[in-house]
Amino acid sequence: MAGENPASTTEYIQHHLQNLVYGKHPDHGWGFAHSSQEAADMGFWAIHVDSMAWSIGLGSLFCWMFLRAAKKAHTGVPAGWLNFVEMIVEFIDGAVKDSFHGRNKMVAPLALTIFVWIFLMNLMDLLPVDLIPSLLALTGVHYQKIVPSTDPNVTLGMALGVFILMLYYSFKIKGTGFIKELTMHPFNHWGFIPVNLFMETVGLLAKPFSLGLRLFGNMYAGEMIFILIATMFAAGAGAGLVSGGLHAQLFGEHTSAYFWLVIFVLVCGVCWLNLKGKVSTGKTVLLSMAFMAIGGGVFALGGGLMQWGWAVFHILVITLQAFIFMVLTVVYLSMAHEDH
Amino acid sequence: MNINLTLFGQMVTFAFFVWFCMKFVWPVIIEAMEERQKKIADGLDAADRALRDLELAQNKATDQMKEAKQEAAGIIDQANKRANQIVDEAKTQARAEGDRLKVAAEAEIEQEINRAKEELRSAVAGLALAGAEKVLEASIDEKANRALVDKLAAQL
Repeated sequence: MAGENPASTTEYIQHHLQNLVYGKHPDHGWGFAHSSQEAADMGFWAIHVDSMAWSIGLGSLFCWMFLRAAKKAHTGVPAGWLNFVEMIVEFIDGAVKDSFHGRNKMVAPLALTIFVWIFLMNLMDLLPVDLIPSLLALTGVHYQKIVPSTDPNVTLGMALGVFILMLYYSFKIKGTGFIKELTMHPFNHWGFIPVNLFMETVGLLAKPFSLGLRLFGNMYAGEMIFILIATMFAAGAGAGLVSGGLHAQLFGEHTSAYFWLVIFVLVCGVCWLNLKGKVSTGKTVLLSMAFMAIGGGVFALGGGLMQWGWAVFHILVITLQAFIFMVLTVVYLSMAHEDH
Repeated sequence: MNINLTLFGQMVTFAFFVWFCMKFVWPVIIEAMEERQKKIADGLDAADRALRDLELAQNKATDQMKEAKQEAAGIIDQANKRANQIVDEAKTQARAEGDRLKVAAEAEIEQEINRAKEELRSAVAGLALAGAEKVLEASIDEKANRALVDKLAAQL
């Protein structure tokens, strides 16, 4: 799995980019795909179990957390979690009011769901790339992509949902005006109807596709960079946010997942003690470095630092992408509501 | 990177979560927030009103105080005036009483004098008669001389 062998590097990357697919293989019947080829052979009637599980799980997490806040909502002085939720709600409400001028009770909750859900899905990107796949590999699950938004099915699925809403509201609000918009728009003459229709249809279809592919592209590229850093420095095991990568330098090619888990826990413990004020900051840094160095050696430490740096930068990307998806959804729906 | 059933799975999931958020999460939170906003606005209004009320009350109190002071000053003035009046009245009364007493005393004195004169006159008449009786020894007709002596006495 390490970076010495180009073939194994390619394998490592491909392995990381393969979803866990459940579907009907023409030869083997229903079951999980055991290779990319098998997954491809299953065709359309297959499902990415990991993407669905993580996206439903994170969506449920969102619903549960916000429902808890909603149940506690009162008109007194808000505190703690409710305060945080209200901050987000107010932020979304402001963004929606800024760009959506129609009357629709659905847009604001839609925007909230999109923003928080996509943010949570993107957040999975910050987990060390090998953390969960390696743990699941121990239980016999061989493929796992934990970031649902790096799956085009997921992003395009949401974008198509938005597209259906756009069409629904366009017809509902404008009626025949929408048809007229499609056929008579740039050139207002009956002779140009085919040209107009072609141009407007392309423009209309570009909206959901750009929406879905933008998110997918950004998250896919971010994930790819995490994987590449991992292959460069510490492909085997601990490439990640904190653990720095406990690679084979010390423990050989086939490092057990437990080793870097131990290092990760140790570093977290030191940081926690620092936060509690029991260990000085300088000592914390030194100890963390020492743990990481023991764990992964100098190369791995470099990989860890790069992972860390990219993760910090990526925090910006994931928030921004979630926000862009939300704002564009609101803007598209706003356009669907506007009668010219 | 195959497009497959996941696409529809995600669409359904998406629809469900949006529905959930729309039904159970958003309205509750936004309602609470709006209500709180209203409450805060009301509170600020009430505070403003209270401040205005306080100012009004203070003004009123100051006015009342001023009025009361004026009233008190008026009462004191009146009292002073009344006192002076009473003193003046008493003075005039006393003077009148004095005068009256003086007049009465004078009248009494005159009366006394007259009575004394009268007594003196009668005594003088008696004495003169007795003297004349003694001088004349001889009996003079009292009746004849009485008128003469009375005339004499009246001249005293």
